[in-house]
Amino acid sequence: MKKSLKKSLEKLRLTVQLLFTVLTNGYLYGFASGKIYQGSLKYACVPGLNCYSCPGALASCPIGALQALLNQRGFHVPFAALGFFFLFGSIFGRFVCGWLCPFGLVQDLLHRLPFFQKKKHLPLHRFLKYGKYVVLIFLVCIGSLFLFGGFTKVPAFCKYLCPSGTLFGALPLLGANEALRAQLGGLFFWKLGVLIALLLLSVKFYRPFCQYLCPLGAIYGWFNRISLVQIHWEQERCTACNACERACPVSLSVHEISHSPECIRCGKCVGACPQECLRFGKGNASSNVKNGSANSLKNDPSGASSSASLNSFQQKTETEHVQKPSS
Amino acid sequence: MRFWNNRANKMRLSWIFGVLAGILFLGIGILQGQFAVMWRKAVMICMECIGIG
Repeated sequence: MKKSLKKSLEKLRLTVQLLFTVLTNGYLYGFASGKIYQGSLKYACVPGLNCYSCPGALASCPIGALQALLNQRGFHVPFAALGFFFLFGSIFGRFVCGWLCPFGLVQDLLHRLPFFQKKKHLPLHRFLKYGKYVVLIFLVCIGSLFLFGGFTKVPAFCKYLCPSGTLFGALPLLGANEALRAQLGGLFFWKLGVLIALLLLSVKFYRPFCQYLCPLGAIYGWFNRISLVQIHWEQERCTACNACERACPVSLSVHEISHSPECIRCGKCVGACPQECLRFGKGNASSNVKNGSANSLKNDPSGASSSASLNSFQQKTETEHVQKPSS
Repeated sequence: MRFWNNRANKMRLSWIFGVLAGILFLGIGILQGQFAVMWRKAVMICMECIGIG
């Protein structure tokens, strides 16, 4: 029963990822001609990191849109891009990363390759996980406003780092468009190096770009606590076996699942829980935690006291089981 | 009022305020012509994105 739930969730996620990638990059003529889609759908943004210079892309990239607005003359609050972030973030949170991002899909598929011993994190994860906020502040925001290219405004994240642009934009376009191939220079090879390094790292480590560099993940992470799509935890049924933490690709404890900015709602914890006390649901996850438990979590963010109470509950139950036959 | 004093209730419904804020921002973006800026950028091959610009 549990195995089938786990497998069906994994299959469902892979199917959604593939379908969404194909649907949002379905302009097949672009791949054949080396040109990009120029229709009115590009007024809107897709939720995930999806380069708008991908020949198949039917909509805009939210980070690209944010940078385009920051690159305007003078300073304008980028309301349009913020609108998309609030809309997608409030509904999905980082569910977008786990289920709707094409570059996330690529990393997931690479991580399935049976090479190397798999690891969840890079060394120094504790510090490196803040890299995505650094990228967001310095490359996407400050970089796009004035920092790079002398005083000329450039989309610094797209130009110097974005591996999605290289993979989905540059490689198909350069393959089909000879005029573009003739203009290749050092910058392209820098970006190609970044892409290759990230793809190689993805085989061993779980989603290194999402965990350490993605500015979109940093933004959606802020919405994780309030988003509509949540993973609910029924604390009363939990035996604190930590199966969810072991299954979680980013090693979140049961207290952190869903609320943590690192949780991408992949659902592996849901499939792994032997008591079925984790499930996808709508509304805030804290609604399932009783008042007393919520208070204990609030006073003890590490969740140590709750974990201890769960352990004592488990021990008590085990003792009862042992004592019953003798009485 | 009692409903809003409960922290759990506030948290449960805060996504709605996020969505409303998103719609408001999108509206302001439309009024300020920001969608045209985004579209103009999105329909030209972005040289920076593909590592040429």
